[in-house]
Amino acid sequence: MCDTCGCGDAEIVAVDVHDSLLAGNARTAAHNREHFRERGVIAVNLMGSPGAGKTAVLEATARCLAGRQRLGALAGDLATERDADRLRAAGITARSITTGSACHLDAAMVHHGLHHLAWRDLDYLFIENVGNLVCPAIYDLGQHANVVALAVTEGEDKPLKYPVMFRNADLVLITKTDLLPHLDVRIEAIADALSHVMPQPRYLPVSARSGEGMERWLEWLVQLHGMSARPSPVETAGI
Amino acid sequence: MHEYSIVQSLMDRVGAEARARRATAVHRVSIRIGELSGVEPELLATAYETFRGRTICERADLDMQIVAARWECPGCGRTIGRGDMLTCTTCGLPARLAQGDEIMLDRIEMEVP
Repeated sequence: MCDTCGCGDAEIVAVDVHDSLLAGNARTAAHNREHFRERGVIAVNLMGSPGAGKTAVLEATARCLAGRQRLGALAGDLATERDADRLRAAGITARSITTGSACHLDAAMVHHGLHHLAWRDLDYLFIENVGNLVCPAIYDLGQHANVVALAVTEGEDKPLKYPVMFRNADLVLITKTDLLPHLDVRIEAIADALSHVMPQPRYLPVSARSGEGMERWLEWLVQLHGMSARPSPVETAGI
Repeated sequence: MHEYSIVQSLMDRVGAEARARRATAVHRVSIRIGELSGVEPELLATAYETFRGRTICERADLDMQIVAARWECPGCGRTIGRGDMLTCTTCGLPARLAQGDEIMLDRIEMEVP
């Protein structure tokens, strides 16, 4: 009540909050991260456009690591189980997170997904995000690392057009390199674009089809183990 | 379009703060959105207009401040020019985002009995 004159009028007060609007998601992400830490599971948030080759990279990863590492995946998909079906066929313990119209995964969806996946004894959990170069970029899921798949067919300037996605990437997988002979696209030009949106640009050209670059991708994954947070910075752009 | 999710978080937070103070109405909500936050201000404003009906924010203006991105060298403090490579040409260090990734609720003006 107004206590200046006792008139009984309501009083306007200003409440300073200064808190992120993603604070709730950040709390759930921290909870997920704690789960992963307790069980020694490395979680990788794999993002990229629809058709960038996210599922194909995971299938190829499973082929390379068959019997050596226990792989799991939560696959974000608007409407189908197709990606999870493909991943299971490749030997990955996988479950779909069907998002309906939601354009991204958030930490609560991943937490819910964990309740329906035998994830505790995995070495790696891949969270294959919804195909989208915008919305998934800002949601922390509790992952150890963000990896963005960028197909050579998407063109050289994609990083400049979607700076938020690439700024938050720990590694960019430049996929479908087997198609380069058919395209007017140069890896060097993609690397140059990345250097304008990533302070420490790290990228790997890979082809799930030919196997090019897969060994280095696997080395990068191994490097994530034994690290509590993110992989160590690499000075050169291509790793 | 994640702006609707952001507005839902905003409504939830404003509602909680208003309830805690037994506010009868909210007059203004002040937020800061960074250029590199991944949030599109116009879409956010549209989402706010769409959702605020029949909520505590029904009569509340949304005051949105846009924060320009600014990269700087963590060593010498030099500001990196817009569109330049994100490496300091003097120190060779990777640039650091000094501002521009905010998705921040700053202040709520509310009516309390």
